[in-house]
Amino acid sequence: MAGIRLLVGGWDRPEAALGAARAARAAGFKVHDAYTPFPVHGMDEALGLGPSWLGKACLAFALLGLTGALSFEFWVSVFDWPMNVGGKPFDASPALIPVAFELTVLAAGLGTVATFLVFRGLSPVRLPEVSGQGVTDDRFVLAFALGGKDDARLKAFLGEHGARDVRELEAGR
Amino acid sequence: MSATASELREPLVDGDKSYRDVTADVCRIAEGTPAPLWYGGLAVSATALGVGAVLVVHQVWTGIGAWGLNKTVGWSWDITNFVFWVGIGHAGTLISAILFLFRQRWRTSINRSAEAMTLFAVMCAGIFPLIHMGRPWLAYWVMPYPNPMGPLWVNFRSPLLWDVFAISTYFTISAVFWYFGLVPDLATMRDRATGLRKRVLSAASLGWDGSHRTWQHYETVYLLLAGLATPLVFSVHTIVSFDFATSVIPGWHTTIFPPYFVCGAIFSGFAMVLTLMLVARKAVRLENYITLRHVDAMCKVILLTSMIVGLAYGTELFTSWYSANPYEQFAFLNRMRGPYKAYYWTMVFCNVVVPQLFWSQRVRRTVPAVFVMSLLVNVGMWMERFVIITTSLHRDYLPSSWILYHPTYVEVGTFVGSFGLFFTMFFLFCRFLPMVAISEVKGVLDYGRH
Repeated sequence: MAGIRLLVGGWDRPEAALGAARAARAAGFKVHDAYTPFPVHGMDEALGLGPSWLGKACLAFALLGLTGALSFEFWVSVFDWPMNVGGKPFDASPALIPVAFELTVLAAGLGTVATFLVFRGLSPVRLPEVSGQGVTDDRFVLAFALGGKDDARLKAFLGEHGARDVRELEAGR
Repeated sequence: MSATASELREPLVDGDKSYRDVTADVCRIAEGTPAPLWYGGLAVSATALGVGAVLVVHQVWTGIGAWGLNKTVGWSWDITNFVFWVGIGHAGTLISAILFLFRQRWRTSINRSAEAMTLFAVMCAGIFPLIHMGRPWLAYWVMPYPNPMGPLWVNFRSPLLWDVFAISTYFTISAVFWYFGLVPDLATMRDRATGLRKRVLSAASLGWDGSHRTWQHYETVYLLLAGLATPLVFSVHTIVSFDFATSVIPGWHTTIFPPYFVCGAIFSGFAMVLTLMLVARKAVRLENYITLRHVDAMCKVILLTSMIVGLAYGTELFTSWYSANPYEQFAFLNRMRGPYKAYYWTMVFCNVVVPQLFWSQRVRRTVPAVFVMSLLVNVGMWMERFVIITTSLHRDYLPSSWILYHPTYVEVGTFVGSFGLFFTMFFLFCRFLPMVAISEVKGVLDYGRH
């Protein structure tokens, strides 16, 4: 997202930023994003975001881990290296469950986190879109993309809603 | 934000803190110069770690014969310590994942350090089976990997192999969960830092900027990880108990083991969390965040799990009597009246009798009393594992092979070394990383305030 010019304004209280985001949406502005020290509940609707789809990714990784683990264990224990342990059956499926369970959890956990990092572009070399505004401390910031015909109205809107430190900045700088 | 507390709900954090205060109070610990107490503590634990390291080298060099094990007692201090440390880890996951799912918002003050404790405890646990292998450089043989030795794989029907997968998955998922929770707080520290410190923290915080589009997915992933870690924590100690329960040794071959082990793990883990937190909240002045209400709540969990553990002891005795199996009956009488009876009765005293004092709220809110009791619970839980493992082995079916077991200085020293590792890691964690989950505490700051 680097390169976009943003107009940012901050509030000291989460409710104030939330109220301003709702008002902005009602007034027809598109909020680029909100930057907050902790997740402000209700901001999803205020920004018009749908529910996260990462739950589905988690299920997919879990199923992948489960089927992968079970088929590998079954192939090893029955076909490639059948080991006679006291005459017990090679395909003793209950005995394959613990490892299959662990690998299901492992695949689901690592897969979901990796999907999240890739999808949101988080990496050690990433630069924060907005920095120096106190958003990791005590400031609740709303950002709007500049460059449309509404720029002047937008500034007036932020002023009306009591935003502090209203300024323009380039995302990722 | 007024200082008046709600009549119905007490605030989770004392001192009428603002968001900025929370940032400053937590970051201050990692940014300032540590107190002399910190240096002293680190020196003592690093010394213990050094002793342990020397002894591990010694026993790998000379072989496992340096231990007091013999043909009858093939598992003792090593596996006792392994089960002890894995159990300690369980409280961290319980606090971070299960209490999260139950919406117990008081957890935010303690979850970060409890999760760190989990990681360090699992590291300590992992050392014991590793050195017990005798040739730890071949440890990768327990993993199924393509190899040139013919078709040759591990035995997926062996509980010991299940353990390998359980412990390594547990460590990996706990580490990911912990780091995932750290990212927003590392960004908070990054934005206060300068120079090299800022560069390191910038990389570590993955370019976090508090974007709500990221937060939204972040919360979903956090919930999913909590949901995954919850069955995981139950599975880990269940699988550890399978190491014993699937054998035919009297005293081990029981179906009660999985729930009994899981409860014991949570019991001992909460005691260790209390031991660490009571020291830490004083040492780094976090009394406003880790309040007496937190201590009180943790004591209640200890009281509950103590009674479940006590019930398990009783059930074991009843089952062995009711089974009419002479070997089973002997195993339990031998625990109570045999050469290791002191261990058994210490275990009963520390795990069942002592925690009953927690019925009193005055005791639950008296820090020195809670501290002593948390230490006693840890002693008791170590005894429990020793009693289960050693007394069942030293007198089994064949009286001709009955023998006593005594640890050598190598085993004792290695155990001391594992404490050294645990506390060294914990001291370093306190010094360099945010000990309290800053963003999570900010999220519950208004709780119980008008």
